[in-house]
Amino acid sequence: MLELIDTYWLYFLVGQYPAGPLGGLVLTVLLSGAALVLAMPLGLMLGIARVSPYRLLRWPTGVVVQLVRALPLLLVLFWVYFFLPALTGVKTSQASTMLIVLVLFDSVYLAEIVAAGIRALPKGQFESARSLGLSYPQALRLVVLPQTLRSGLPSIVNQLVSTIKATSLGYIIGLSEVSFIATQINTLVFTHAVEVYLVLALTYFILCFGLSRLAFLLERRLQRRAMAAS
Amino acid sequence: MQFFDPTILQSGQYHDWLVQGLILSLQLTGISFALALPFGALVAVMRTSTSAPLRALGATIVEGIRNVPLLAHLLFWYFAFPELLPEAARELLYANNAEAVCAVIALTLYSGVHMAEDIRSGIRAVPATQLEAARSLGLGRAASVRLVLLPQALRAATPPLLSQTVNLWKDSSVATVIGAAEMMYQVARVETDSFRSVEAFTFATLAYLTVSLLIALAAHLYGRRYPVRTA
Repeated sequence: MLELIDTYWLYFLVGQYPAGPLGGLVLTVLLSGAALVLAMPLGLMLGIARVSPYRLLRWPTGVVVQLVRALPLLLVLFWVYFFLPALTGVKTSQASTMLIVLVLFDSVYLAEIVAAGIRALPKGQFESARSLGLSYPQALRLVVLPQTLRSGLPSIVNQLVSTIKATSLGYIIGLSEVSFIATQINTLVFTHAVEVYLVLALTYFILCFGLSRLAFLLERRLQRRAMAAS
Repeated sequence: MQFFDPTILQSGQYHDWLVQGLILSLQLTGISFALALPFGALVAVMRTSTSAPLRALGATIVEGIRNVPLLAHLLFWYFAFPELLPEAARELLYANNAEAVCAVIALTLYSGVHMAEDIRSGIRAVPATQLEAARSLGLGRAASVRLVLLPQALRAATPPLLSQTVNLWKDSSVATVIGAAEMMYQVARVETDSFRSVEAFTFATLAYLTVSLLIALAAHLYGRRYPVRTA
């Protein structure tokens, strides 16, 4: 097993880079991080629309959120992978296909986090901001969202964990992320399937467990702050 | 070639493939659900037990399984696990639809630990006095868990368990990676065989949507009919 790690650790980490495209664990982490950051603005807008006082905004967003949550990510990945090139005429790489789908899913899940945070905030916060003369967008931006985002931070970190796990589905369209690389290594050495897949599982575990502990610690610190304030 | 030809979805070979895929997806979900629920309940009871080693074991199971993506579970159970089996058991596995069996193992474990967390919150929602009262009425420890604690915990946990079932249904699509001939597998098969991808994808989208929304509707109705009782 040590020999296996000794031979393939670099391939596992970065794929064929720098001789070929970036892959492996680094690609998994970069794609997940980028997807979450890119999904943030869209997630914020969808979340605000979801609790908007205007039905014209609230209902369509609700429908989109419900639809995306009812479909497997893999199915949407297939749609985008097979039909986006036909629509745009440009061949989309596996990495950008994956990124598009992850951004779509993340923004919908972030929207739910933002909407839940806004709903959980005492109504008085928004009302007093409005009665102090702030406009609706100002009250959102200066009073509601800063508090919502702070209380939603643990959920956002947990969403990063989900995103990292979802990146593994890129395997199916041939994206050279870490699960795909592990399978390549398994094909090359052939007789060490148990070791290869245990290392893969352990890698994901360290990454995801570490992040979910971080989310847990953040949550506990927020709770203590809330206790001290009240 | 017509852009969208509904007739291939109504009859013929491609229709048969897709329907077979849908049936296997439903079977994978159903069997995994039936196994995951008792497994989840067991782990949840372990995690709330009074014995520290049992609690630690329960936590290890949950964290160890849910922090690894389902795809990696499937790869492990399909490619690595059979090598750990003795010769005879391996042959038995390969003779009996190994793809579906491994998919059920992975889906059960992955979905089971998520259900365990839902049931655990349900257990924590039951006041401690319930268990104390059951014990003082002379019920044994196991009997009071089975007859008093779990029925109340499951009622509180039903809405999150139903949304976990939606996840299980969606996750069954990932089983395509080990070649289990479920819906996504058959969609890809129709696509490579005929380039009838729009039709096949539409079929799968409608099927996933219908089942997901039906389960979500059931959760909504359950929540209305049996609102969470506050003690």
